[in-house]
Amino acid sequence: MRARREARRRGVSSTDLVRLGVFGLRTRPTRVLLSALGIAIGIAAMIAVVGISSSSQAALARVLDDLGTNLLQVVPGEDAAGETTTLPADGVALLERRDDVEQAAGVGRVTGRNVYRTDLVPEAASGGITLDAVQGDLLEVLQGETVSGGWFAADDLPQVVLGSTAAATLGIGAVDADTRVWIGGRWVAVAGVLAPLPLAPELDSSALVPASGADAAFGFAGRPTRLYARADPTRVVEARDLLAATLDPVDPRRVQVSRPSDALAAQQATESSFTALLLGVGGVALLVGGIGVANTMVITVLERRGEVGVRRALGARRRDIRRQFLVESLLLSLAGGAVGVALGCSVTAVFAATQGWPVVIPSWAAAGGLLATVVIGGVSGIHPAGRAARMAPTEALAT
Amino acid sequence: MRTGADEATRASSAPTPAVASGGVLEMRGVTKVHGDVVALGGVDLTVHAGELVAVVGPSGSGKSTMLNLMGTLDRPSTGSVRVAGHEVGSSDDDALSRLRSEHIGFVFQHFHLASGATATENVADGLLYSGVRRPERLERARRALTRVGLGHRLDHRPHELSGGERQRVAIARAVVGEPTLLLADEPTGALDSRSGADVVELLRELNASGTTVVVITHDLDLADRLPRRVRLRDGVIVDDSSGGIG
Repeated sequence: MRARREARRRGVSSTDLVRLGVFGLRTRPTRVLLSALGIAIGIAAMIAVVGISSSSQAALARVLDDLGTNLLQVVPGEDAAGETTTLPADGVALLERRDDVEQAAGVGRVTGRNVYRTDLVPEAASGGITLDAVQGDLLEVLQGETVSGGWFAADDLPQVVLGSTAAATLGIGAVDADTRVWIGGRWVAVAGVLAPLPLAPELDSSALVPASGADAAFGFAGRPTRLYARADPTRVVEARDLLAATLDPVDPRRVQVSRPSDALAAQQATESSFTALLLGVGGVALLVGGIGVANTMVITVLERRGEVGVRRALGARRRDIRRQFLVESLLLSLAGGAVGVALGCSVTAVFAATQGWPVVIPSWAAAGGLLATVVIGGVSGIHPAGRAARMAPTEALAT
Repeated sequence: MRTGADEATRASSAPTPAVASGGVLEMRGVTKVHGDVVALGGVDLTVHAGELVAVVGPSGSGKSTMLNLMGTLDRPSTGSVRVAGHEVGSSDDDALSRLRSEHIGFVFQHFHLASGATATENVADGLLYSGVRRPERLERARRALTRVGLGHRLDHRPHELSGGERQRVAIARAVVGEPTLLLADEPTGALDSRSGADVVELLRELNASGTTVVVITHDLDLADRLPRRVRLRDGVIVDDSSGGIG
């Protein structure tokens, strides 16, 4: 009989430790709830920050996928004297002649002509809307869409297409046959309103008119101020280097070629520093949560001296007591962490849904969050658990 | 699997059989000094297997110190305490814990039960540190509860039980591991006289079926109902008598 007993494994099994921990927590639900809440908020904040930023990146990737990363943009540079240069009047044709360019278009800024909703607005109030003359199939090159009405009709009547911001400024939502705006002293029919152009946000506040006829109607000089080219997707990088020479063979440095999709990605990178700040805030919340757990465990150990004494009397070793309270601390923290991960994922999902983004939560974020709670639970529990373990049995039972 | 090395380790650290030459409990020239206070001033006491002993004395007589030393919760200042053949003074904390889990059962005046756990779970905790698996712990706990007359209260929680029933649960927890020595500290102190009498009767029954029991009490009436009485006063044994009802 005794030999059999001695042959048994000594020590408390892990499942028994977990059971003890759950039992210990269950008997003090309010306190457990409150201290787990601190951890939950910290983890939720961090998961939501990472999740929302990842979702927005995924949304951008999707946009770039739709719009393509092969759009190149050309603007005038400066000559040796520091004067702003101009682009050639036949820039669109020059670009389209290259075999690494699939399609090109351009806009020429028309200055001195303001756009108004009615003829009653004073001349001085321009509303920030610019007038641009369009060369080539701009809508196709920019992969733009109209939200109302259409692109220019193929007739010679004066007509305009409004960028999204310009339309909003003018208070024009839907377009019908009678919609018109007052440009440079004459009424012009509004053919359509564009959706925002992610790759050419500078045109969102523009009123676009066809270049043909713009010279007579608005005094357009015929030179484009900005060119857009769709390059062969396999040769974007080399095309980017060669476009300048095409437009200004004498001194290619006098034109500037850029890739708008790069700018979008760079903007995203800027936002990531903001993300880092928010992560820091989440970290502070987590730290406070950890202190809450430590506090709870210290109080628990003080309150349960009697239990410690009885367990020692029943044969618990110091390490059994230490493990019991350590596991309890881990479970407390882990429970908060699990709730936090669920909460953070929900917040991300809801936010992404309202933005029309795909929901992306990196698995490393969820795993890292749970790992963090394990570390917090361990660190918070070490001191109180050690204190419980060091209590002399007689002293623990004396209370 | 047991290997030769295991056997060798066991030989050096394992408890030897309880029924060695002397008694279950042997105290020789035991003193305990707390600072300037002499709690025990030289005690010699042997309790043999199968005995039912009362250690009785007024408060301050050294009863609690006796309990702590017998229960290996504390070590003597001088002298020797042997429980089930183990010298307490020279054992480390782990060895004493093991000794308690295998050889000693405690019953406390205020029961010390876990309030959120059922009677069965409370009793099963008595085997938690002996390496017994949970299904067996629960099964033996149910048997122990039935043995103390609480077979109908297995799933009750302490607050659903009377004081006498709670103390029976605590006794079941103390005996579920079949200890060599059962130590009861004022087991009737928190009970009315009727429940107290029932608890004493239960201890007598357990003793009759082979358990060695030591009851620590200040209650002379209780002590008089037990076969052997060790009277303590000012930290020394003033009387050690058998007879009376026993």
